Amino acid sequence: MSKKDLGLLILILVVGAVVTAINPRFLSAINLANTSNLVALFGILSIGQAFVIITGGIELSVGSLIALLGTLFIDFIAVRELDWPLAFVVIIALGAAIGFVHGWLITRLKLQPFVVTLCGLLIYRGVARFYTADGTAGFAFGQNFPTLEFLTAGRSYGLPNSFIALIVIAIVMWVVLHRSVFGRYLYAIGKNEEAAKYSGIRTGRVIIAAYVICGVLTALSAIYFAMYTRSISPASHGQFYELYAIAAAVLGGFSLRGGEGSLVGVILGTVLLQELQNLVNLLGIPSSLNFAVMGGVILIGVLVDQQWGVFRARRRMFEAARQNVAGAPAE
Amino acid sequence: MTSTDTTHSDTAPFLSLEAVRKTYPGVIALDRFSMEVKSGEVIGLVGENGAGKSTLMKILGGVTRPDSGTITVDGAAHDGLTVEQSIGSGIAFVHQELNLFENLDVAANIFFGREPLRAGPLRLVDRARLREMVAPLLKRVGANFSADAPVASLSLAQQQMVEIAKALSIKARLVILDEPTSSLPIAETEKLLDVIKGLKAEGISVIFISHRLHEIERVADRVVVLRDGTLAGTLAKDRINHDEMVRLMIGRMLKEREKAGEATRAPGSVALSAEAIRTSTYPDRPVSLELRRAEILGLAGLVGSGRTELARVLFGIDERLAGSVTLDSKPLHVGSAADAVANGIFLVPEDRKLTGILLDLSIAQNITLPNLPAHARRSLVSTGAELTTAEKQKKNLGIKAPSVLTRTGTLSGGNQQKVVLAKWLAMNPKVMILDEPTRGIDIGAKAEIYGLMRALADAGVAVLMISSDMEEVIGVSDRIAVMHEGQISGILDKDDFSQENVLLLAVGKKPRSLQAAGGVE
Repeated sequence: MSKKDLGLLILILVVGAVVTAINPRFLSAINLANTSNLVALFGILSIGQAFVIITGGIELSVGSLIALLGTLFIDFIAVRELDWPLAFVVIIALGAAIGFVHGWLITRLKLQPFVVTLCGLLIYRGVARFYTADGTAGFAFGQNFPTLEFLTAGRSYGLPNSFIALIVIAIVMWVVLHRSVFGRYLYAIGKNEEAAKYSGIRTGRVIIAAYVICGVLTALSAIYFAMYTRSISPASHGQFYELYAIAAAVLGGFSLRGGEGSLVGVILGTVLLQELQNLVNLLGIPSSLNFAVMGGVILIGVLVDQQWGVFRARRRMFEAARQNVAGAPAE
Repeated sequence: MTSTDTTHSDTAPFLSLEAVRKTYPGVIALDRFSMEVKSGEVIGLVGENGAGKSTLMKILGGVTRPDSGTITVDGAAHDGLTVEQSIGSGIAFVHQELNLFENLDVAANIFFGREPLRAGPLRLVDRARLREMVAPLLKRVGANFSADAPVASLSLAQQQMVEIAKALSIKARLVILDEPTSSLPIAETEKLLDVIKGLKAEGISVIFISHRLHEIERVADRVVVLRDGTLAGTLAKDRINHDEMVRLMIGRMLKEREKAGEATRAPGSVALSAEAIRTSTYPDRPVSLELRRAEILGLAGLVGSGRTELARVLFGIDERLAGSVTLDSKPLHVGSAADAVANGIFLVPEDRKLTGILLDLSIAQNITLPNLPAHARRSLVSTGAELTTAEKQKKNLGIKAPSVLTRTGTLSGGNQQKVVLAKWLAMNPKVMILDEPTRGIDIGAKAEIYGLMRALADAGVAVLMISSDMEEVIGVSDRIAVMHEGQISGILDKDDFSQENVLLLAVGKKPRSLQAAGGVE
């Protein structure tokens, strides 16, 4: 765990302690379970976003995709009565396909990630609303999917199953990002795509893979969100979720320029965001201030991190200078 | 104004430096340095990289203060200048990297931030007046472009003239030109040298920094040589010559280069052959070239002659518009750099910091990047294997760094270049292309890189070295191919090596000695 992650963890614990002191219900089993479920749902899509951000890209269509894929999923199993495992696979495949198209447009046709995914944001939201004729997608009375409901909204050993899913995904993605060849390529491309290309890396493929990963994880979280809310009004479902994901990554130490950030960081970022949401509820702060609190904390977090970076760079310079005095003068 | 200055120029120099010293932590950048510049005098300032030229420029520009010493400008003595004092006393800089707004026109650039304004609350720019003010300045620099030409449409030399006109517009009395010709073609260089002579005729002093010693020979009244932060010597007009400058710059005569560069075995069979290749820069000019095993082929030519583009096409970075490439007599498809690397064709690119290495990664990570799957088990990176390779290369190439985990960005230019070489040497190169491999590298590291290139050739690798440094091309190559406007204008064998022959081919003429012998393709 890096110092940055450690700082974030300490911040989470301090905020938690303060909230508990004011309202002990923060540590109640029901509140913790609820919050960890939300952490799981947002965590999964934030990990996807992180993979895109590390390449120096951005994925803005996440919220609309959650609405579209969630609507489709409920429609498939509730109205069209597909087997849910089949519907699950189709939704995940759709997420992958959309991610692939985004990546392809960005790498092969050289469009900017912001533009491509902004168009996606508009298109998928529109399609979702059109698909349900602006109605609400939901289950009929008495409709049941015991296994699916257990996997998405159920609990094991007191832990929400969604949270267990997040832990599994996080461990796998940690290995991919921090230990695999592909992960190294992602960082290299984020730091300097041109130099990575000159080292013989097929940068286009790697970037497309990052968007596919993001699409798959977004699709997965779309299913979780659908089963969590159980009814979707496509005009508002998932709105701003891309911003939650970006915020979590930024809080977790990711640079929007790419090449920086850790998986632990993005998880901690998600935890902090959900903790803040929870804080607003528990401390009786008007919920209309929700976004303001979140924005304020992110701003302060980024500011502290940036100043800390300046401080470290300066210290490194002095140390290098001191080494120069000790050793032979450099060029 | 200027005429009065020239009359008493013998008694009082415009600028004089007295025992100036500047240290940075661990480095003495400038020590006991004294020099003076008379009005209307052209000083050639030469020295190797790291000799202290940039520090001197920073002191004159008021960016840094010297630790001790005196700077006298126009009779007034200072411990150090501020930026305002420097500009106020008429010291103007024309930097190697131009500071122009490409999207604005010439006039707007020259008077940027000082535009004449019309009366009235809107403070609109008085364009008519602006043009009147710019016209005489452009005339003084002998400009062949108009005041409202967009800067983006001008050639590099013309842009430099805009910079000089800008310097004149603030009534400069000393113009400092920092390597202005390093990226200019020959014809444009001529124009610039004429402008320098024009400035001198007006009584304006010039400090001309250049690595192209023959240009210094032509315009300088006096040459000041810096070496390791101290004054290595001053050459009066009649003593300015190439050998003397080099001797002072490096403190000895230059000979090692030839020794390091002698081939020990005869060139082998053709490794890579390019047939009628067309690049996007010169889509109408086919290029054919053969690289032979165990040979260093120098690729000379002026900047912009298409050498780098050729290298980029061979390495798969740029698309090949036409033509074919064979490797070991087998047709080769190179659609990306990854294909080239897979076939053992490696490139050490021109721009080390942007394309050669990743400054934020460690030495080890840079070295293994092109061959990472070989350092991984089940696609997970094996740190142990990675460190083994990196340590081995660090030792082989003599990369000076505390450890292989050191960030590459903290290394000196020479060591960074060795990291670029190391990543390719760790694999098995068949063809090694080096684009300006010693640019911005100190003389010691240069010799080592020449040695490495020779060792590669001796091991049977086909080496292609693109270089604009004439001495380097002649000293290191076994054969020299010269490019002119997108085409190979000739290939010289060792017996025909001479600066004159290379230059003639570079400007598209045939060397006289070769026409009869028929040595040109």
